[in-house]
Amino acid sequence: MTGLPLRSRWRDSAISSISWKIISLLVTVAVTFLGLLFITFMISRLIPVDPVLAAVGDRASKSTYDKMYLEMGLDKPLWQQFLLYVQSILSGNLGNSFLSKRPVVEDLRRAFPATLELATVSIIIGTVLGIPLGILSAVKSGKLVDQVVRVVGLIGYSVPIFWLGLVGLLVFYARLGWVEGPGRIDISYEYSVSPSTGLLLLDSAMQGQWDAFRNVFSHIILPASLLGYYSLAYISRMTRSFMLTELGQEYITTARVKGVPEWRIIWVHALRNAAVPLVTVVALSYASLLEGSVLTETVFSWPGLGQYLTNSLQVADMNAVLGGTLLIGAIFVCLNLLSDLLYNLLDPRVRRRVALR
Amino acid sequence: MTALLTVDDLRVSFPTRNGPTEVVRGVSFQLGRERLGIVGESGSGKSQTGRAILGLTPPPGKATAKRLEFDGIDLRDASVATWRSLRGIRISLIMQDPKFSLNPVMTIGRQLIEAARRTSGRAEAKDRAVAMLEAVQIRDPRRVFDAYPHELSGGMGQRAMIAMMLITEPDLLIADEPTSALDVTVQIEVLRILDRLVTERGMGLIFISHDLRLVSSFCDRVLVMYAGRMVEEVKASELAQAKHPYTQGLFKCLPTIEGDVRPLPTLQRDADWAR
Repeated sequence: MTGLPLRSRWRDSAISSISWKIISLLVTVAVTFLGLLFITFMISRLIPVDPVLAAVGDRASKSTYDKMYLEMGLDKPLWQQFLLYVQSILSGNLGNSFLSKRPVVEDLRRAFPATLELATVSIIIGTVLGIPLGILSAVKSGKLVDQVVRVVGLIGYSVPIFWLGLVGLLVFYARLGWVEGPGRIDISYEYSVSPSTGLLLLDSAMQGQWDAFRNVFSHIILPASLLGYYSLAYISRMTRSFMLTELGQEYITTARVKGVPEWRIIWVHALRNAAVPLVTVVALSYASLLEGSVLTETVFSWPGLGQYLTNSLQVADMNAVLGGTLLIGAIFVCLNLLSDLLYNLLDPRVRRRVALR
Repeated sequence: MTALLTVDDLRVSFPTRNGPTEVVRGVSFQLGRERLGIVGESGSGKSQTGRAILGLTPPPGKATAKRLEFDGIDLRDASVATWRSLRGIRISLIMQDPKFSLNPVMTIGRQLIEAARRTSGRAEAKDRAVAMLEAVQIRDPRRVFDAYPHELSGGMGQRAMIAMMLITEPDLLIADEPTSALDVTVQIEVLRILDRLVTERGMGLIFISHDLRLVSSFCDRVLVMYAGRMVEEVKASELAQAKHPYTQGLFKCLPTIEGDVRPLPTLQRDADWAR
């Protein structure tokens, strides 16, 4: 009789510990984000670019300059300036870009989905292939398959991606014609898909434009495969090492003694344990892809975040650079949050630790 | 008594930089439905003997034997299918520390069911798992069933381990230092449970330990190992009359409650024993 109430109480405490954890994570996120804002603010004050001059141009009269100086609040003490900065960012204003003459927010809304789409397809390729390859490599450790996987990974690690990109374009686009060339979509399709999410694969599919979808897919698959290959190299390597550690544990021997079939030992017993650190590895790979890979985006003229940031940096378009930096920072914070939550789901030991605190 | 297990000239070797090193060197014994204790110090090869019987010598190690038979089945080159029909169903192994031998991300219940499913259906497996937890004297079996290994104490974990290994009622149980990781007070309880279950089910037991006194009180026969060799096989009741100087030495080192032994005896070793 005592069993059941106890059991439900355990369940309750597991749930409340998770909600408690979410609250504590949100506080962490807020503090981290404030720190991020502080850093970007300090960068904007410390770099030797006169924000007023950048805004009004060097032909402006002294009076225009002074007016702008007051308008930007540069006469106020630094802490007040910071508060103003935080206030404007919280209201969604990142200032205007001098290069595009548009609000930075609007620019980012245009550039980020391109990067997000590319990064997401890439990380799917990298994970779906990388984890099984890593497992295979660990299970056949020391055998030929393992050596091949490791060499393939090493190549992915060490060959410069712009070179792979150029060779890929030469072979698969110019010679074989299997895929489309640079850009996200052909001009002929560009205006038939109305942008709602900015993710062209999603937009075209939702609008039932399957020709456009095929075209977008054909554009994205080559750069995504290359970036995916790059993260595959990292993910398969880490999977291999995590799996080797888990397969050497005593509980694996226990499972063997129980007569558990080998596939189940690998895919259920060992992988469930290896998945815990793997979450971090995949999240970090994804985050680094979301930063926008400048080289790949340049080679494939992909109008993403990496390209936007590089172009802005070259002309000291500080609002754009800081806006982009803030966005990347926010992505990192969010992915960290997400992997923390996944950790919680995957590892019962983490759950308990929170409850005991 | 028909032999359940026959081991003849078992050798386990591991490759090293200076060629293969034998850690078990010619162990032979027969086992019926009785209790055999294997004693020896760390590195004497007692654990590797136990694992070799289950075909679980960790690679790149190799186990060879002139004969290795379980109930008439030759285990030396047993196929995957043969092992599957033996491991967990007819032979099982209890390991030293439940902290490492239970899967940390699976509940005790799932791990028990996984074992029970070898011989019973899905619905029955759960009932058997709970019943088995009761049989190892866990007071609140349903709670333990839903718990993760890290939520249990060492003693509880080891009971769960025993439950998991006995759930299919195997013919032979190998217990590899089943109580070494536990507190002394818990040790006795766990041993009592193990003792009762083994007796009730009439299974053969190989009890591997470094604790000579424990083994001699728990087993019918004792096999003493030194440096991978079997130096002596003796009835537990006749341990005091052991002939081999190593066994005598071990026996003399046991502390006694009455009287004082001064100077404390130490173990004399002879390089010849390892030959």
